[in-house]
Amino acid sequence: MSTTHTLSVLVENKPGVLARVAALFSRRGFNIESLAVGPTEHPTTSRMTIVVTVDDLPLEQVTKQLNKLINVLKIVELDPDSSVQRELLLVKVKADLATRSHVLETVQLFRAKVVDVATDAVTIEATGTADKLAALIKVLEPFGIRELVQSGMVAVGRGSRSMTGSENRLRSAS
Amino acid sequence: MSESLTGAQSLVRSLESVGAEVVFGIPGGAILPAYDPIFDSKALRHILVRHEQGAGHAAEGYAQATGKVGVCMATSGPGATNLVTPIADAYMDSVPMVAITGQVPSASIGTDAFQEADICGITMPITKHNFLVQSADDIPRTIAEAFHIAATGRPGPVLVDLPKDILQNQTTFAWPPTLDLAGYHPTTRPHAKQIREAARLIAEAQRPVLYVGGGVLKARAAAELRVLAELTGIPVVTTLMARGAFPDSHQQHLGMPGMHGTVAAVTALQKSDLLICLGARFDDRVTGKLSSFAPGAKVIHADIDPAEISKNRTADVPIVGDCRETIADLIVAVQEAFATTRADLTGWWKQVDGWRDTYPLGYEEPHDGSLAPQYVIERIGRIAGPDALYVSGVGQHQMWASQFISYENPYTWLNSGGAGTMGYAVPAAMGAKVGRPEATVWAIDGDGCFQMTNQELVTCAIEGIPIKVAIINNGNLGMVRQWQTLFYNSRYSNTGLDSRRVPDFVKLADAMGCIGLRCETKGDVDATIEKAMAVDDMPVVIDFVVGEDAMVWPMVPAGTSNDEILAARDTRPVWGEDDV
Repeated sequence: MSTTHTLSVLVENKPGVLARVAALFSRRGFNIESLAVGPTEHPTTSRMTIVVTVDDLPLEQVTKQLNKLINVLKIVELDPDSSVQRELLLVKVKADLATRSHVLETVQLFRAKVVDVATDAVTIEATGTADKLAALIKVLEPFGIRELVQSGMVAVGRGSRSMTGSENRLRSAS
Repeated sequence: MSESLTGAQSLVRSLESVGAEVVFGIPGGAILPAYDPIFDSKALRHILVRHEQGAGHAAEGYAQATGKVGVCMATSGPGATNLVTPIADAYMDSVPMVAITGQVPSASIGTDAFQEADICGITMPITKHNFLVQSADDIPRTIAEAFHIAATGRPGPVLVDLPKDILQNQTTFAWPPTLDLAGYHPTTRPHAKQIREAARLIAEAQRPVLYVGGGVLKARAAAELRVLAELTGIPVVTTLMARGAFPDSHQQHLGMPGMHGTVAAVTALQKSDLLICLGARFDDRVTGKLSSFAPGAKVIHADIDPAEISKNRTADVPIVGDCRETIADLIVAVQEAFATTRADLTGWWKQVDGWRDTYPLGYEEPHDGSLAPQYVIERIGRIAGPDALYVSGVGQHQMWASQFISYENPYTWLNSGGAGTMGYAVPAAMGAKVGRPEATVWAIDGDGCFQMTNQELVTCAIEGIPIKVAIINNGNLGMVRQWQTLFYNSRYSNTGLDSRRVPDFVKLADAMGCIGLRCETKGDVDATIEKAMAVDDMPVVIDFVVGEDAMVWPMVPAGTSNDEILAARDTRPVWGEDDV
């Protein structure tokens, strides 16, 4: 069954890793819907969050092949119900004297922030789940969206367990 | 105490220290700094090939014949891209190989400089791993890591790309370096619980088959396999990559399964209730139409690569581990399981023997009086014997060499299985002979394959590598022609090579510094082979002019079920009432 999956991939912070990971998806014609890469608490390790919509069986095969990549340290599939998932949105909306108060009201309703103001536009920063950001965009659309940029999703499992913890122990032990 | 030297010197010292003995390669601008210290190296023999593809296949042949890591070297750009085919070949057949390529200087990378190619990008999907070295200080560690990755776990090719300035820079050398491979921990020890479960299934199975793949050879587990087979009395099939892992003369051996496998091997898999898959990967050439493959069988799948398990066929008992350790553990566990349960295989063997006796491998003499290619190959195998190495190209001659030569020892059969690379035979035979100089090495090649890479015979002649080449010359791309006969109404579009006329292979062999012989009749076959066997100081090429209509049988047409196997043209085996 084709469903949306969120993979957290812990990788060595080395050149070419992103291309290696992406190639395993593109080879099969899978489209990566969202991708976020950034540093972790460990300077030699980066973490990728990959959102992809595929059938379970081919995803399992891709995951096994990802695990074979020399630079990949660990892969965890995050269940939406037991993880916190967030995206960042920056959106520039038309806002003149007539509409600005309405725009600001929307910003408050969504607990977003205004990060830049010009005479005829405001730039809004919002974080949240993909659903919340989609709802915000829908409400802002009538005002006129000048520019929109959105990050890939980052996600972390709920509770005290850490994806990187065991890896760090393993590294310090060796 | 570390010493000061250039990156190039560090590279050669690293190769020497890691135990490399032979490098097959060709110099060029970007790799030139490395060739200066190679000139002085006593431990490292460099063999100057005539084409980089030859270097790559030679490294593969060397690796497959010896079990050591093969090394090839090329310059940047076209030198490196000419290695792409052998690298892909080594990736498909899990051959341990390290390819070293020169790269344009660091500052020029990405500028479309002269002879620049992004070889790391190009080979990313066909290498186990690759490295673009960014500092001369990293050379020893990178070479050590490359050899470690190539040789361990599921073996495969690793490419090391070295920018010219990195080779020229001053650095220090210390050995052994500390490996930094935090993400690489192949599982070699099989899980005890899975082994026990496998042993239980083996003890209970009524119609088990040992489905043996190349992983058994990679793990050097032929001796253990024989113990397990004889302990259990289970029929054995060996895939194209595993020929030689179990003696062909052994009573329990049913031969090769798959598209051109024996009727007994293919049918035993189909009718089995338990497949014990050791280091094989349910390749489409073995399974035929996957959904109808061995429908009644449970599957024990042992492989060192977790990504192979349940990839094509779901495993009931997955075992991740080294094949030698797995088989050794299975031997102990099966003995324990036999203490309580042991299925009687008499009925199963009666069926299997029935298929084997009714449908043995065979061939017809050509009606036009021409020489039968199968006969030539059979005679080479008989005369050169089970201690010789046989290296084939890809096509009809490859299948016949797998079928009609009796392999008794591991590492005596080398071929391009997964990739199906025409042109593999001559350079791979060269590499095998370098690795096993005391052994007789026969390249069994087609006239199509031979014309792709025969230039390495020049290398053989000059470097003193006396291989023997049998060209099975049917004047055609024979396997493609066979498909045209069967599936395209005998419309022979572009498969006729006319190579029984041009080139003159005897003269060509002579021109390349080899002895050239020709054989056109059955009566001359033995004498010609004997003549070639008597030469041990020069490469020999025999042009066996054979009929063009011979076909490879049995055959499971591509994409159909193994139940549709044809023992010969229009001859479908008839299964008896009591067959399962």
